[in-house]
Amino acid sequence: MSNTRVKSVDTASQKMIERAKIDNIQIVWDRYDIMQPQCGFGQLGICCRNCNMGPCRIDPFGEGAQKGVCGASADTIVARNLLRMIAAGAAAHSDHGRDIAEALLLASEGKARDYRVSNPVKLRKIASYYGIKTEGRQDSEIAHEVALKALSEFGQQEDELRFISRAPKKTQESWRKLGIVPRGVDREIVECLHRTNMGVDNEYKNIIMHGLRTALSDGWGGSMIATELSDVLLGSPTPIRSKVNLGVLKEDYVNVVVHGHEPTLSEMVVQASHDSELIKLAKDKGAKGINIVGMCCTANEILMRHGIHVAGNFLQQELAILTGAVELMMVDVQCIMPALADVSNCFHTELITTSPKAKFPGVTHIEFHPEKALEISKTILKRAVDNFKNRNKARVVIPQETMDLIAGFTAEDIPYIIGGQYRSTWRPVNDGIISGRLRGIAGVVGCNNPNVPHDFGHTAMVKELVKNDVLVVVTGCAAIANAKMGLLKPESAFEFAGKGLQEICEAVGIPPVLHVGSCVDNSRILIACSEIIEQSGLGERLSDLPVAGAAPEWMSEKAVSIGFYFVASGVFTVFGTPQPVFGSQKVTDFITKELEDIVGGKFAFEVDPIKAAHLMIEHIDKKRKALKLNPVMYQ
Amino acid sequence: MKKLYYDVNKCLGCKTCEIACAVAHSQSKDLFSVLREEVLSLPRKKVYRSGDKNFPVSCRHCQEHPCVDACMGGALSYDKKSEMVLHDETRCVGCWMCVMVCPYGAIRPNLKAKIPIRCDKCKDEDEPACVKACPTGAIIWQEEALIETKK
Repeated sequence: MSNTRVKSVDTASQKMIERAKIDNIQIVWDRYDIMQPQCGFGQLGICCRNCNMGPCRIDPFGEGAQKGVCGASADTIVARNLLRMIAAGAAAHSDHGRDIAEALLLASEGKARDYRVSNPVKLRKIASYYGIKTEGRQDSEIAHEVALKALSEFGQQEDELRFISRAPKKTQESWRKLGIVPRGVDREIVECLHRTNMGVDNEYKNIIMHGLRTALSDGWGGSMIATELSDVLLGSPTPIRSKVNLGVLKEDYVNVVVHGHEPTLSEMVVQASHDSELIKLAKDKGAKGINIVGMCCTANEILMRHGIHVAGNFLQQELAILTGAVELMMVDVQCIMPALADVSNCFHTELITTSPKAKFPGVTHIEFHPEKALEISKTILKRAVDNFKNRNKARVVIPQETMDLIAGFTAEDIPYIIGGQYRSTWRPVNDGIISGRLRGIAGVVGCNNPNVPHDFGHTAMVKELVKNDVLVVVTGCAAIANAKMGLLKPESAFEFAGKGLQEICEAVGIPPVLHVGSCVDNSRILIACSEIIEQSGLGERLSDLPVAGAAPEWMSEKAVSIGFYFVASGVFTVFGTPQPVFGSQKVTDFITKELEDIVGGKFAFEVDPIKAAHLMIEHIDKKRKALKLNPVMYQ
Repeated sequence: MKKLYYDVNKCLGCKTCEIACAVAHSQSKDLFSVLREEVLSLPRKKVYRSGDKNFPVSCRHCQEHPCVDACMGGALSYDKKSEMVLHDETRCVGCWMCVMVCPYGAIRPNLKAKIPIRCDKCKDEDEPACVKACPTGAIIWQEEALIETKK
């Protein structure tokens, strides 16, 4: 209802929000206002629709219904709802991993000729985790076996997911003792739905422990398979320059926005855009060429590997179309607003869906198949070029804002950058933390949400953390938010970082905020943390590390799954607005207090990003103290 | 005469009261049939939010009633005995003057029906539909005198 609240702290977005108002086009912030007040039963997690005896809601004030019709308490209802959120989030990431594994399989069989093994070294490394012999074997042979083994993990019933063995031994042991080592990717998710079906699991701790297991099957399973096999198939990222924000749209080019998640599509679009015939066609139509830009996670994938410009993050997807300069937006899966169809109808912009799992009413569907990847991508791009003539130049308003950035940091290249080109090692990171020059490391990740001023949650938190000598790694929309504010430039260390962090950034040449990729690439952070433990000096389990995580502007169920796999791995994680758990004091206490004694990690909920940053700093200091490290060098 | 009061500390914005109100004023009085009626019944009360509090808004049956004064058709009148503002739909011409002058925004236009709608305290029932429907007891149906003595 309030029109005076700050909708975005990004000036480019502010301009486009204003434009939407003038043109009378409804965007996400308008729909959010219309939705107020949002139902408190839902916000508290005490609404249950799992069976036809319902729908039920518990009266949090104690006078009305205190149990569901079946007898479920608020604790049961909240826990079951939470488990379904974890399941949905894990399913999204894991299905993405499955699709990458299938593409690798097809490529290895010669059925998807536009793909090939781009990183044979990483292929062999991954093969070793699966116990696959690599001596004297061809890339395609090894890739075939790796793809089959990876795919088998989805349907696995017993045993452990392979990548669990990459966690520190003591962390693995505690998972085994707790019985939460994931057995198979799909199995854990199916069990979530079974347990939350009417009349199955009623005990909130039992439900949530399975939630931890399911989240682990995402972080050390589906997501990690996605990240690792994407690196094998498409190449591992290395530090790379690029630009971000709506200003990367170019007035005299055919603008194509790739939005969604799976890099199997976006990589091919980037390749197709270099086709000389298509470029000639564009020039014949009066454009200077074809300008591919990305949004959301798929943007991060092609940014990390190819330096493709990023037009914006989650809340900017409608705003990109509102510039009037987008000939075509192609989407695959996840985080794609149905509203895009309505907004694109107000302009010449063509919206194209590519995944059979994600269609819109009335929107053209051109299905993407890895077997014909390049050909299909060229077909789609040709449509964009043909659409250029339909652009109404009088309606084009591209905000000029762009920002330089450096991305492309991974668990493999950071040790090279830090340790030296010929001696890849994490040692200087460990020494930096031990000596106190670096207080610790924080991961700031996740989405945007209109319930928080756009980009403010991410950037205010990160600025506060780097000011206090905490090295920050970012992924997803959080990375894009910080990039827009200039925090991904090495020079920003001098403007924003505390003295200790500044010294390290200057010595090594890195920004104080490292972009490690898309949301499935949060798995890179798990690997990095494990290798830091192995480097020694900072404890024996992941929960010993002076690290913390945060998702200040979370929106998606995927964020809940990611939060739970970090907590399950022993990392203190702060979310902005709370998960829908406050309807049960017991569940809230379990995930914000008791879990720390069980798995070494727990949640906190804090909407104020600066307060949240200080919760993380306090936690990092607590871990430093427990490790008996030197005090932070520059307090 | 009992009146409708709202405990804003208990309103969770679920809008069950809106749905119950619309159904109670429909032809079929059944949620599953209501959406197929020719002239869709609308809720006579609406839940809004200000700051961090939610509150339903419905006709207050004011003792000083700008709506009655503004009504040019004589459709709106005040009944001293029941302490209620009454709306005679047969005399209403849909001029929307009442909508414009109501300080609470409690009377709203029903564009399809061409006349305004507002809370009539479910005049043919012993207890308004919203009171029955509210899951947290945020809607209180009470005599004015007793309200002051309530906790």
